[in-house]
Amino acid sequence: MKILSCPLNGPRNIAEFIYGGQVKEMPDPVHATDQQWAHYVFYEHSHIGVVREWWMHAPSSYWFIAERHNQSDEVLRTYDPSELFAQSEPQQSKTELTLDRPEVS
Amino acid sequence: MPFSLLKFGLNKDYPFEKSPDLPQPSALKPAYDVVIIGGGGHGVATAYYLAKYHGITNVAVLDKAYLGGGNTARNTAVIRSNYLTPQGVRFYSESVRLFERLSNEFDFNIMYSQRGQLTLAHTDATVRAFRQRAEVNKHFGGRTELIDPVDIRELVPTLNLSPAGLPVLAGLWHQDGATARHDAVAWGYAKGATQRGVELHQLTEVTGIDVEAGRVTGVQTNRGRVSAGCVVQAVAGHSAELAQLAGFQMPIVAYPLQAMVTQPVKPFLNPLVSSSALHCYVQQTSRGEIVFGGGSDPYPLYGTRSTLDLKESLMASAVEMFPFMSEMRLMRQWAGITDMTSDYSPIMGLSPIENYYLDAGWGTWGFKATPISGVTMAQLIASGGKVPELIAPFSLDRFDAFRQVNEMGATAASH
Repeated sequence: MKILSCPLNGPRNIAEFIYGGQVKEMPDPVHATDQQWAHYVFYEHSHIGVVREWWMHAPSSYWFIAERHNQSDEVLRTYDPSELFAQSEPQQSKTELTLDRPEVS
Repeated sequence: MPFSLLKFGLNKDYPFEKSPDLPQPSALKPAYDVVIIGGGGHGVATAYYLAKYHGITNVAVLDKAYLGGGNTARNTAVIRSNYLTPQGVRFYSESVRLFERLSNEFDFNIMYSQRGQLTLAHTDATVRAFRQRAEVNKHFGGRTELIDPVDIRELVPTLNLSPAGLPVLAGLWHQDGATARHDAVAWGYAKGATQRGVELHQLTEVTGIDVEAGRVTGVQTNRGRVSAGCVVQAVAGHSAELAQLAGFQMPIVAYPLQAMVTQPVKPFLNPLVSSSALHCYVQQTSRGEIVFGGGSDPYPLYGTRSTLDLKESLMASAVEMFPFMSEMRLMRQWAGITDMTSDYSPIMGLSPIENYYLDAGWGTWGFKATPISGVTMAQLIASGGKVPELIAPFSLDRFDAFRQVNEMGATAASH
């Protein structure tokens, strides 16, 4: 059994997790050329090294980011996506995101 | 016992030592017309057809390990052409036809055995997809039909018709489905190629690719540099890695694929059987072993280490299909690195570098395409880059043009 350390639930059996693809920067869908978009959809970092990936802990539906070496299968670090997106997200779209979120009260 | 055999037994002169099937490794020449990277089935088949049909014999096949030691030795040796798209069916049908006469051509038995392949449908949606596949296949001259559970029972009496509580609704019966000894295919091609003057260099790892002004001029290896008129890459699992060395990207993700084999038993299973819902396929080799294969690992990895989780689930599915198999013992298990593309079709033909040709993206469907890949890649090389019609749909630039050849449904778990 391989253990993956979830930032929310702690170390769990990897069978509880679902791989969600690499973390890629999305080009602006309105202005990107077809080729840029194709590259974003179909290409990823596919050579040996450390890759940054989306993972989900299925029972809790919690998405997080893992940095993993794709040959040794060693997970170097797992963290909440806010760590990555809080710093790179422009102020404007952040507000939009908050507005889109359904009210939970 | 015939006297000649007795005489041979007592003789100290062994004919195979005088004229070995594969000539001993020689020193690398400084230059070749064609350098083929990867000494698997595809690489040596390309070299074989280059020498046989095009008279190009100044060819080196380089392999970092040994002949047919990668995915050629790790696949589950299924030969079939019941794909979904016209482009796919045309291509794989031609490969099946070549396989049929390969033993005669090599004068070497590849143990080709055409026993038919049966894929089971457990849902209405799968039955619909099977109808389409049967019609497309028939249109291109293949023998494929939809059969009902009564016929399935007749074909495979030992099969559980409700595995894991999923009743079998229908089956896609592909009479052209076959199996062969995968190692023998690589050996046959290598023998034929080296007899015609091709050089096979094992333990020769390519460490760099020299590109000047958009043209490849040679390759760096652990045994020195060789100049090349053109270069072909046929390295399966490490395709994206090698492309990186050449300086471009490929839309390929490497996933491990695991398989295993039981101890040999008396023949009981003639066709190759796979279940679309259980992600499991089962066949009995000519040696009596039962080979199981299943879906890829759940996440990408450049590794051939097996995992217990996947073996367990694969065995559970196999036992659901053939319950009495729970009594059998496993003999070997292994994994291979598959170079998966998003549309489950290969990437063949031209690359961003002028005289650097691709034979990649073979994921879990490479073995059955060995002969036709060799033929078409040889045509491509001999014509100096004129892409044969049969492989034109599989070009690298199809991804940029959103012209994928979607074979996912016809490939997943029914190799």
